[in-house]
Amino acid sequence: MSGFKSTERYIASRDLEVAVNAAVALQRPLLVKGEPGTGKTVLAQEVAAALGYPLVEWHVKSTTKAQQGLYEYDAVSRLRDSQLGDPKVADIANYIVRGKLWDAFDADEPQVVLIDEIDKADIEFPNDLLLELDRMQFFVYETRRTVAAKHRPVVIITSNNEKELPDAFLRRCFFHYIRFPDRATMERIVEAHYPGLQHELAREALNVFFQVREVPGLKKKPATSELLDWLKLLMIEDLPPEALRSREPHLVIPPLHGALLKNEQDVHLFERLAFLNRRGA
Amino acid sequence: MFAQFVFALREAGVPASITEYLTLLGAMQQGVADYSVEDFYFLSRATLVKDERHLDRFDRVFGQVFRGLEATAAEGAPGGPEMRDLPTEWLRRMAEKHLTAEERAQVEALGGFDKLMETLRKRLAEQQGRHQGGSKWIGTAGTSPFGAYGYNPEGVRIGQEGSRHRRAVKVWDKREFRDLDDGVELGTRNIKLALRRLRRFARQGAATELDMPGTIRATAHNAGSLDLKMVPERHNAVKVLLFLDVGGSMDDHVRASEELFSAARSEFKHLAFYYFHNCPYERVWQHNHRRRDDTIPTEQVIRTYGPDYRAIFVGDATMSPYEIAAPGGSVEHWNDEAGAAWMTRLLGQWRRSAWLNPVPRAEWDGAHSIAMVRRLMEDRMYPLTPGGLDEMIRELGR
Repeated sequence: MSGFKSTERYIASRDLEVAVNAAVALQRPLLVKGEPGTGKTVLAQEVAAALGYPLVEWHVKSTTKAQQGLYEYDAVSRLRDSQLGDPKVADIANYIVRGKLWDAFDADEPQVVLIDEIDKADIEFPNDLLLELDRMQFFVYETRRTVAAKHRPVVIITSNNEKELPDAFLRRCFFHYIRFPDRATMERIVEAHYPGLQHELAREALNVFFQVREVPGLKKKPATSELLDWLKLLMIEDLPPEALRSREPHLVIPPLHGALLKNEQDVHLFERLAFLNRRGA
Repeated sequence: MFAQFVFALREAGVPASITEYLTLLGAMQQGVADYSVEDFYFLSRATLVKDERHLDRFDRVFGQVFRGLEATAAEGAPGGPEMRDLPTEWLRRMAEKHLTAEERAQVEALGGFDKLMETLRKRLAEQQGRHQGGSKWIGTAGTSPFGAYGYNPEGVRIGQEGSRHRRAVKVWDKREFRDLDDGVELGTRNIKLALRRLRRFARQGAATELDMPGTIRATAHNAGSLDLKMVPERHNAVKVLLFLDVGGSMDDHVRASEELFSAARSEFKHLAFYYFHNCPYERVWQHNHRRRDDTIPTEQVIRTYGPDYRAIFVGDATMSPYEIAAPGGSVEHWNDEAGAAWMTRLLGQWRRSAWLNPVPRAEWDGAHSIAMVRRLMEDRMYPLTPGGLDEMIRELGR
């Protein structure tokens, strides 16, 4: 079968390809976990592009309820309309607001649905979607109507591991853990994003990048997305590769480190280490 | 077809279910794995494993179950001569075995390293050809303690890597997910995992709510036109009191646990630290560099924090039994009352308490003092691993 493959823009490992294709073939949700910044959300966009389906994105927040993905009954407007004597009031269907999943179920062609960062929501959130994701249908109580998917959408769910997901939910999904890419894969990723990048600069930048990741005690290790941002900055600033090469084998603070290190403790840690190195040299 | 594999997974603690097994078969039928062993590995991993902490266990089981099959498929009839290079391979494996205490214990189960080695030599001498299955000879897929991918838990794995077939190491033999297993000690990544658990414990009941009675009252006041009233989100009120063992063998562990709990600080509105050495006595302190002149009477700590606090002790509990049981047993000063008396007093004040021990659980039986502390804690001692934290939080959350 053809299915999902690495593209020019998105480098997927073989295990990820297998997981996606299995999820597509069996029409089950695919749960993707991994360090932040390793391309979990982008995966959905790429799958949509590869399959040629439109993408429906549902970004979950701590206050998101499962029901909101299906539909909401806007009782407040209906109450207000009733006080104003609006004739719309008679039909309750006027106050049913469709959610993202309804949109995806109701579409005339298959869709890719991204449920992003499902772990942000309440602990019961995944449980509330069990049946909906299993049968790809739900029941609207207010209008006594069942909404069933015309075509089962490809569902991709991402999680940052902030909450444990319930077993019953997991059992219905395929699971993939995106590992942090090794150097060779990282080179392909950089090549995919910045095809014109000087070979020299890319090599030096990757050296620095992996060196930074090695530093023990970092609160947030830079990931792929940080590397790409940083490379972009380096290109805009037009830094020569020599600027990245440290004069000693020890570590120094990389130029434009703001793109790599995202909190001040990490920057301090780096400054302290660099200071110690200088003194030691 | 793969039922045995699923059973082996369940035995190893990967919670694979029938649903997942059927899904796997469904996917096979649809041709997702395409008859390549590697793809099958990826597919079964995506189907049967739902938590990255189980990936390492999965890799191990996969290796065990399918290596035998592949060897048979690849070689057809059992071969012979490659057995000769086993001893070096085996010795290398043996060295690996010495890495963890757990595996040392497994070797012990067969009468120790030397005994095992001697037996292996004897068997090698007796055995002529390649062997598969069975319960005595060295080979693959058997239950003898020697050989690869057998079922004897004490077995020595021989020739598990690809060298016999002159191929690269298999993906599942790389065991790249080893550091995600929740049996391992807390590392920086694992601290994050553990934190998530503390958060779950801290977030109970948090929600943004509509104040229904208030809304109804206000709407009535407004002559029926709607006036929504909201109440503020309920905040987490969990209070945590932390006692950390410092000095001696604890130094590394304290840094890890402090990192963990200081990061948790934002979650717990009320979090206090105190330090002790080996066992809490009449004085504790808050700053390690001033511990000689700036200690606080334990009595005062008991008076300050009410019984609604949850007390967590972090320490290896490895000391001389006298330090717990006898007055004057402390290694640092003269204590009028035994450590056990102080522990009892502390536990009397904070009923919800637990002891986190950075020493792996398997080694707890080795030290008498650990057993004593466990008894004092009424068995509420947990290893300082994400799994242990989870257990502790369940206990404290009651």
